[in-house]
Amino acid sequence: MRSQPYRAVNGGALDRTRPLRFTFDGRTYEGYEGDTLASALLANGVRLVGRSFKYHRPRGVYGLGAEEPNALVRVGEGAAATPNLKATEVLLRDAMVVRSQNRWPSLSLDAGALAGALSRVLPAGFYYKTFMGPPGWWMLFEPFIRRAAGLGRPPEGTDPDRYGRRFAHCDVLVVGAGPAGLAAALAASSGGARVTLVDDADRLGGSLLQGPAAVDGLDAARWVGRAARTLDARPRVRVLRRALAFGYYDDNLVAVCEQVDGEGAPAPRERVWWIRAREVVLATGAVERGLVFPGNDRPGVMLASAARAYAWRHAVACGRRAVVTTNNDSAYDAIPALAGVGCEVAAVVDLRAGGPGEPAAALAEAAGARILRGYAVTATDGGVSLQGVEVRAVASSAEADGVLETRGPPEQIACDLLCVSGGWNPAVQLFSQSQGSLRWDAARAAFVPGQSRQRERSAGAAAGVEGLAAALESGHAAGEAAALACGLRASAGTSPRAEPAPERAPLRPVWRIAHPGGSGGKAFVDLQNDVTVDDVLLAEREGYRHPEHLKRYTTLGMGTDQGRVGGLNGVAVLASRLGRPVEAVGLTTFRAPTAPVTVGAIAGGEVGAQLAPTRLTPLHGWHEAAGAPMVPAGAWLRPRCYPRDGETQAEAIRREVTTVRGAVGLVDVSTLGKIEVRGRDAGAFLERIYANPVSDLAPGRVRYGLMLREDGLVFDDGTLARPDAASWYLTTTTANAARVLAHLERYAQTVWPSLAVHMVSVTDQWAAMAIAGPAARAVLARVCGAGAVSDGALPFMGCASAEIAGVTVRLLRITFSGELAYEVHVGADHGRLVWETLLEAGAAHGIAPYGTEAMGVLRIEKGHPAGPELDGNTTPRDLRLDRLLARKAEDFVGRRALERPGLVDPSRPRLVGLVSEDGQRIGAGAQLVTNPAAPKPLRTLGHVTSACLSPTLGRPIALALLTDGDARRGELLCAAAPVAGLHTRVRVTDPVFVDPKGRRPRG
Amino acid sequence: MLLIPCPHCGPRAQVEFAYGGDATVARPVDPDAVGARQWLDHVYLRENPKGPHLEWWQHVAGCRAWIRVRRDTVTHAVLGAATAAGSIEGGAS
Amino acid sequence: MRYSFLALAANALRGHRRWRPAWRSPQPQRGYEVVIVGGGGHALATAYYLAKLHGVTDVAVLERGWIGGGNTGRNTTIVRSNYLHDANAHFYEHSLKLWEGLSRDLNYNVMFSPRGVLNLAHSDGQLETYSRRGNAMRMNGIDAVLLDREQVRAMVPDLDCSPQARYPVHGGLLQPRGGTARHDAVAWGFARAASALGVDIIQQCEVTGIRVEAGRVQGVETTRGYIGASKVAIAVAGHSSRVAAMAGVALPIESHVLQAMVTEPVKPFLDTVVTSGATHLYVSQTNKGEVLLGGDIDGYNSYAQRGNLPIVEDVLRAAVSLFPRLSRLRLMRTWGGIMDMTMDGSPIIGKLPVGGLYLNGGWCYGGFKATPGSGWVFAHTVAHDEPHALNAAFSLERFWSGHLIDEKGAGATPGAH
Repeated sequence: MRSQPYRAVNGGALDRTRPLRFTFDGRTYEGYEGDTLASALLANGVRLVGRSFKYHRPRGVYGLGAEEPNALVRVGEGAAATPNLKATEVLLRDAMVVRSQNRWPSLSLDAGALAGALSRVLPAGFYYKTFMGPPGWWMLFEPFIRRAAGLGRPPEGTDPDRYGRRFAHCDVLVVGAGPAGLAAALAASSGGARVTLVDDADRLGGSLLQGPAAVDGLDAARWVGRAARTLDARPRVRVLRRALAFGYYDDNLVAVCEQVDGEGAPAPRERVWWIRAREVVLATGAVERGLVFPGNDRPGVMLASAARAYAWRHAVACGRRAVVTTNNDSAYDAIPALAGVGCEVAAVVDLRAGGPGEPAAALAEAAGARILRGYAVTATDGGVSLQGVEVRAVASSAEADGVLETRGPPEQIACDLLCVSGGWNPAVQLFSQSQGSLRWDAARAAFVPGQSRQRERSAGAAAGVEGLAAALESGHAAGEAAALACGLRASAGTSPRAEPAPERAPLRPVWRIAHPGGSGGKAFVDLQNDVTVDDVLLAEREGYRHPEHLKRYTTLGMGTDQGRVGGLNGVAVLASRLGRPVEAVGLTTFRAPTAPVTVGAIAGGEVGAQLAPTRLTPLHGWHEAAGAPMVPAGAWLRPRCYPRDGETQAEAIRREVTTVRGAVGLVDVSTLGKIEVRGRDAGAFLERIYANPVSDLAPGRVRYGLMLREDGLVFDDGTLARPDAASWYLTTTTANAARVLAHLERYAQTVWPSLAVHMVSVTDQWAAMAIAGPAARAVLARVCGAGAVSDGALPFMGCASAEIAGVTVRLLRITFSGELAYEVHVGADHGRLVWETLLEAGAAHGIAPYGTEAMGVLRIEKGHPAGPELDGNTTPRDLRLDRLLARKAEDFVGRRALERPGLVDPSRPRLVGLVSEDGQRIGAGAQLVTNPAAPKPLRTLGHVTSACLSPTLGRPIALALLTDGDARRGELLCAAAPVAGLHTRVRVTDPVFVDPKGRRPRG
Repeated sequence: MLLIPCPHCGPRAQVEFAYGGDATVARPVDPDAVGARQWLDHVYLRENPKGPHLEWWQHVAGCRAWIRVRRDTVTHAVLGAATAAGSIEGGAS
Repeated sequence: MRYSFLALAANALRGHRRWRPAWRSPQPQRGYEVVIVGGGGHALATAYYLAKLHGVTDVAVLERGWIGGGNTGRNTTIVRSNYLHDANAHFYEHSLKLWEGLSRDLNYNVMFSPRGVLNLAHSDGQLETYSRRGNAMRMNGIDAVLLDREQVRAMVPDLDCSPQARYPVHGGLLQPRGGTARHDAVAWGFARAASALGVDIIQQCEVTGIRVEAGRVQGVETTRGYIGASKVAIAVAGHSSRVAAMAGVALPIESHVLQAMVTEPVKPFLDTVVTSGATHLYVSQTNKGEVLLGGDIDGYNSYAQRGNLPIVEDVLRAAVSLFPRLSRLRLMRTWGGIMDMTMDGSPIIGKLPVGGLYLNGGWCYGGFKATPGSGWVFAHTVAHDEPHALNAAFSLERFWSGHLIDEKGAGATPGAH
């Protein structure tokens, strides 16, 4: 067989000098530049392209673009394979590897087709009625159902391609570059408006490329070329080809996915544009509906508009001998196109008793096709490919509701192509997404745009306008109006012109065609999901009568074609059974995306390691150079510990703790939130923010500060320092830095706007480190002079400026570890210099840097609550911090809510210490019980909040929240951590394990 | 995606803002003048209207101002915006 | 007609022409003992258990649109009971046990699929938090398994478990008995079973007012006329504030839109429900093969059942980052539902301060899994005019008494839970 036997020798918008070779299921075929995969397969006579979702019925190419329900294929291999692509939307490339899907072992011999044989017991929703055995019964069947479903296989491994993102603004966004869209873009941009034109095809022109036409006296293709050049020449116009507008969001934000096709190249594969437009013109065209009759899914049955376009644009005859069946005149346009590529048109089976209008009839006559008026196709013959149709007369009765009964003896007509047309649905998806309301157009038997909600207007076929001339005019007017609505000048010119459309006979609404015996095989309303007329009727019978129930019960319209071809037919079949008009039953809601969009493209480039910013402290480089294992802490990376040669991490942590307790250590605390507060009323403001008194803080002093939420629970803790009379310097926990700032700003701006106070985050401006241990003062004295750190100059809870290595630093004499300690805050750029200077000066004292783990151990030993204790469910009293509030007279955030019975209940869990009695470690998050073996559910007494192995005490300890905690001192309990397999005997103690009198930091 | 007219910066995309909820809820000016129950009402109760809603937004990625926006909770249409102290046209604050 | 494989086969011989409507569609009567406002899963489950367990069959379910059309049919279908706090753990575990026998109980296959629910931990701190939750669950008699990174990798091979990941996987908390169910089937199954017990299910009937006299509910005004009722039970997720306001009751609730989405169907590759708190992601694969994804709320008050693009982007960024294999799949459908977000992240199930008026609402992100349990305790509450021990803690009064049920400790910030 010669290559491409169904390709006409001449014609088509193809580059025949560039043959492309591709494989389909391992066989090699040839096509041309300009082909889609569908047109190339059809050119090679490949009829069987896929298997349907449920019954695994043989299926072939049915449509032309996004409406394609059948021809789903997997393109590419390995990690670059993409499943479920519509062959109609895949531009043919050389060496393309294509496979069919959802079949085993092969496309022509598919074991899954057994489901077809069983189809009588597998009607819509059959799974709701069976598999209801004992618990777990369903799990026996589910794997089989899952494997049988699912279309293509997912790609293997990580996507090798990357995806881009762009943000754009324009005055007028025109969606669709068919005649209406081009006219709109030309008109809108003529006065200098910023216009963006997007179209999902690789060439502009839309329907102008799918058949013969003339605009402004030019052949359509030439006019399109001229229009494209005009638009390109206008500097404020942007044209995006292969760009699908897939979502219409609030305030005229339209999302567009552009196929860039940089597969394997540095360019992205696809790019998503977020386009904010002042005005939008929707010129998205219309999609032909199928007809519903028995056997309407056989390969060889396709939309008339598709057969016409393949013939005209790709010079492909979709068959040798065609029958056309239609309820309207537009299908007749396919006849000359088919004849032009050597396809005989045997007959037109016109459902209308009156047949077509004169011009349409003339097209049939010219091709020698006889017209059967008032006839319908009631069955199709053939195996995996159409061989003929059975035609019967339409019974004249019972046609009002769109259900055509047929009668009489059948006539067989041999054919291998059946072109169907059931009318046209304006592509109203975007309009509907924009919250516009739809209107029923009885003449076209279709929903068309009604009332707009956002700043958009529909034009051309999308607005229900018929014919080229009218589409051009409607597009021109819409473009002009859109520019004017932006307050811009628009074209004074005239609309592009075309011949007025020929006279057409009216469409006859037909939703399904019934075989007289009620048989003839399955009649599909949804080809992809295998939803038949019987399924719709069954759903109605069982009470699933709302279109949403119908959709969900039968899966009508829920496939990757989103019901473009058959969704309305299905709803209309339901409506006719209910005896209600289609418009009263209505459609299901249209939602983004208008057609499937690559997940990676919407995700864009900020994925993987770029999923969120990673924050690094000014000392990060030093930690890395020291080989510290870094761990995430919120958005930050922090050093866990600093193992020395041969040390395990646990050994390093133990050494670091011991060094701090016995000598001196240095830790990076730059991640603390830092906020500077100024203003005349700063003190009064902070007094209302903090739960403990703060406004009496004198310059040069530091205080611990506790913040509550308005609901009375602890929000955050930190310190506030008063470096001088004019400013307050707050630190927050690492985790809450951003939340605390927003909290402060909210109260300052919205609750007490009369207070003169300002605040700014200075977290990134300051590096901060804590030097802690008995030798801390001695080390500091070496670098900034003994006078600067004497008890007189810098008492406990004092703050002062000093100089280290020529750099001014801020010293805060506060402690987290319970040792004599100072926080050193210094401009971020000098952080490393000061850090290294301190380490050098401390060498003689045995200084060691310590990480987050040692810091955690030190604070647990000291009984200092932190993140796990401040879990948003604890009160100051729970944390034994209530003494801080005792002498507070003024109102503060959270005060009133704190009085609630549930928060003052004396039996609330309270912070205690735990010591392991059996030497076993205490499990993280262990539950405190008296007898873990007691029957479940078991009321627990509390839980472990923070646990560690204490080097200072030489055994595992923990902090815990314990019901009646104070009364349980000395009790033995079990810390049960079943998920870790740990049950530890613990004794309840005071939470402060080290220096309970707090002498060391004052030393 | 919402377009929020910040009175300080002009119209900006929703992603630059943080939502702050019902702006008709006010913390009692004199905390001790209201009973415990009424106090807690302000912490927890929300009118939650279907339709126009006066709400707080903070322009966190911009001027950091808390602003008040009137927005329809059904259509999402922004009906007006003002600074924390300013008034919004077309309705009481 | 009882559903079974034999019934299917027998009907197949007759062209499936003998099936009857799954539920009756009667005209509303003038009055009922109990009127349930709302026709979602919770409302229908309440009606079913009222009739089945409490003998209260003079019940009408009033649905303004079509049953199951709200959040019942818009969620990510996850079923679990992996809660920290006792009140939640006991309630959701009861619900999970009902799920386990639900298909047989209703004679309607709700496809409860206990394929496991895995919460990913992305830091040691998070793993500790999950340990606490897992330990609490085990003490409450609920299954919980703490997994390390290798165990997670073995269970979900497509997950990026590399240490270079922005949120590296440190382990996870698995509830093996958790899973998914077919959301629509839950509404339909409860409707069918309730209808068979005599409950009137009335669609296209919107409640426009609640008549209260002398502090006691009398009935409801509807678009199909006044309907008297001794008791009115509200179960209208997404509209709790509006319906409660009809009786003059204000609620600690904000309504927000939450989106969910599916990819095109592909052959099975993900056999577990995976969630990641740090990246706000829920992933599972439906029986049809679609990858079902959910994330965070859009973050502003909304009664529109649709959201905006930034959240879709966030969800897909997280999805691709955790599951690089998802990148080349294609997003097929997105949708939104209205979540009634309470101020502590837990629902309200109990009496309102009007005699004979009850509320089941404020489910935040998680109402679906509660459906049978919620109906069960709400039916008890309505029948006895007193909450069951399992829902006593979920009172409206808790916000004033301070007995909050705040799993995340996020405070009065809807959406932070």
